[in-house]
Amino acid sequence: MNLDEYSGIWVFLEVKDGQIAPVSLELLGAGRQMADKRGVPLAGLLIGEGVAPLAETVFPYGADEVYLYDEEIFRDYRTESYMRAVLECVEKHKPEIILYGATSTGKDLASAVATDLQTGLTADTTMLDVNAETGLLEASRPAFGGNIMATILCKKHRPQMATVRPKVMKALPPDPNRTGHIIREKIDLREEDIRTKVLEIVRETKEKVRLDEADVIVAGGKGLGSKEGFELIHRFAEKIGATVGASRDAVEAGWIDHQHQVGQTGVTVTPKVYFAIGISGAIQHIVGMQNAGLIIAINKDPEAPIFQSSHYGIVGDAFEIVPMLMEAFQKMPDKEVQYGGKI
Amino acid sequence: MLHIVACIKQVPDTKIIKMNPKTNTMDRSSAPAILNPYDAHAVEEAVRLKQRYGGVVSVVTMGPPPAVKAIRKCVEIGADEGYLITDRAFAGADTLATSYALTKAIEKISEIKPVDLVICGKMTIDGDTGQVGPGIARRLDIPPLTNVNKVVEVNRKEGYVIVHRKLEDGYEVIRSTLPCLFSVEKEINEVPYSPLPNMLRAARYQPVIWAVNDLGEIDRTLLGLKGSPTIVAKVWPPEKPKGGERLEGTAQEQVSRLMEILQEKKGLFRVKEEQV
Repeated sequence: MNLDEYSGIWVFLEVKDGQIAPVSLELLGAGRQMADKRGVPLAGLLIGEGVAPLAETVFPYGADEVYLYDEEIFRDYRTESYMRAVLECVEKHKPEIILYGATSTGKDLASAVATDLQTGLTADTTMLDVNAETGLLEASRPAFGGNIMATILCKKHRPQMATVRPKVMKALPPDPNRTGHIIREKIDLREEDIRTKVLEIVRETKEKVRLDEADVIVAGGKGLGSKEGFELIHRFAEKIGATVGASRDAVEAGWIDHQHQVGQTGVTVTPKVYFAIGISGAIQHIVGMQNAGLIIAINKDPEAPIFQSSHYGIVGDAFEIVPMLMEAFQKMPDKEVQYGGKI
Repeated sequence: MLHIVACIKQVPDTKIIKMNPKTNTMDRSSAPAILNPYDAHAVEEAVRLKQRYGGVVSVVTMGPPPAVKAIRKCVEIGADEGYLITDRAFAGADTLATSYALTKAIEKISEIKPVDLVICGKMTIDGDTGQVGPGIARRLDIPPLTNVNKVVEVNRKEGYVIVHRKLEDGYEVIRSTLPCLFSVEKEINEVPYSPLPNMLRAARYQPVIWAVNDLGEIDRTLLGLKGSPTIVAKVWPPEKPKGGERLEGTAQEQVSRLMEILQEKKGLFRVKEEQV
């Protein structure tokens, strides 16, 4: 494989609710820095049906080019159809790096593409850099349940690929004067060639916990002691209009559903305020919440590592402290500071 | 009769494992080796489908000889047969090389009895990638169905399956040709306590053990470290945050101080203007 044939950095552009997904814009931000360092163009890869109008929306976020596949066969995301488009586009234009959001779609697609290309894929990356001369992608991620960080390289294969955690990279502030060009691609793919068919898509937005979008999160852990004890978290969250989060221990104990789990195997969150209550602070949890604006820990163990990762810490029994906090919120004079409007 | 193969892995319990701070490697003696928790759900789902449609459940794993223990755990859950592929040549495999080795094993199992369905767990707790399942599907040239949280129907006679795939904000109902591969979510089932006859069978169970040479035609350059495009260049302990301010005083004083801080930082909060 002649590595020098491969040039340019690509971002797979995921479409969500008729828009380019936030994670894709974040990756364009990270990709822009790397492309500048390498002196190569940054391209988006956009696949879907009726998505052509979205192509130009990514230029203000740093893309120089967009490869566009806009065809009926791409109406629903399907591994096999989307994979064909990526494979064909890679073969034709040979990028040195492709980044995907570590979403269910991004991970599914990247895993299939990497196998066919026989190239390296680093999962759930949280740090990205590129060597300006060699073009080597330095993709770092928490490993072994978050116990260590590891930098992964792919020296002899191209493109180098990584899925990147949402909410870790920063999108650039959009520059309306930036422009780019759209490269329309065609693919010879018939419905009969695809072995899967999406029969129905069911949205469950109402009930669904959107931890990743929450402004205030009240999260509980093993220290609550029992499912009944965990009720305290629900009550506090309800009081201040926050979303309920949980550590892996609390989820595995069956006190709360997995969709509330914050951390390496749960959701990465970036609320403005994060209350960690009865959470010891295992690294696998910390990696999921360390970017919160203000982290407040309440734990009765003064040695708990969570205090190392919080801005303010209270050593004490949650069952004593939290009710006091709830009362204090109740009495708060400045009622316009409403954490979600439910005080 | 369905033949379902579940792919499993024995992993160190990363929740309690200790790291050697000098070498940044895992101190494996500090944590027990367990069946990857996500894989227990894969095996359980295979067993449920066997009960629903009739069939055979095989499990396959790549690992060192002690991984037999993880296979026995699967027999407890209800697997019929277990296959361990173990060889020095497999060592150091990344996800690409792992999917190649497991594919070779599944092809070999298929010679004994054709495989209809492969089921993998969502990911492993030591690798945390979820990439091996789709990799196997691509190599076997069968559709990969990831994030499966419900199996609606498996129709072997007519050669199709219908499943739910979990999405960020709901799920999709998808139909695929059979054979295919599922990666299943943890929520797809609950693994109950094993019935006594399974426990007794598991205690005595000896899986089939294969080395590279038993796997037929195989490209050794695609195995293990040699077959792995990715390398770990560097490991380091995660940055320890400096830690913030420890509030002091009685519980009530600490709470009062915290409320003052929250008032000061109200810029961090969304101020609801539309409400009175």
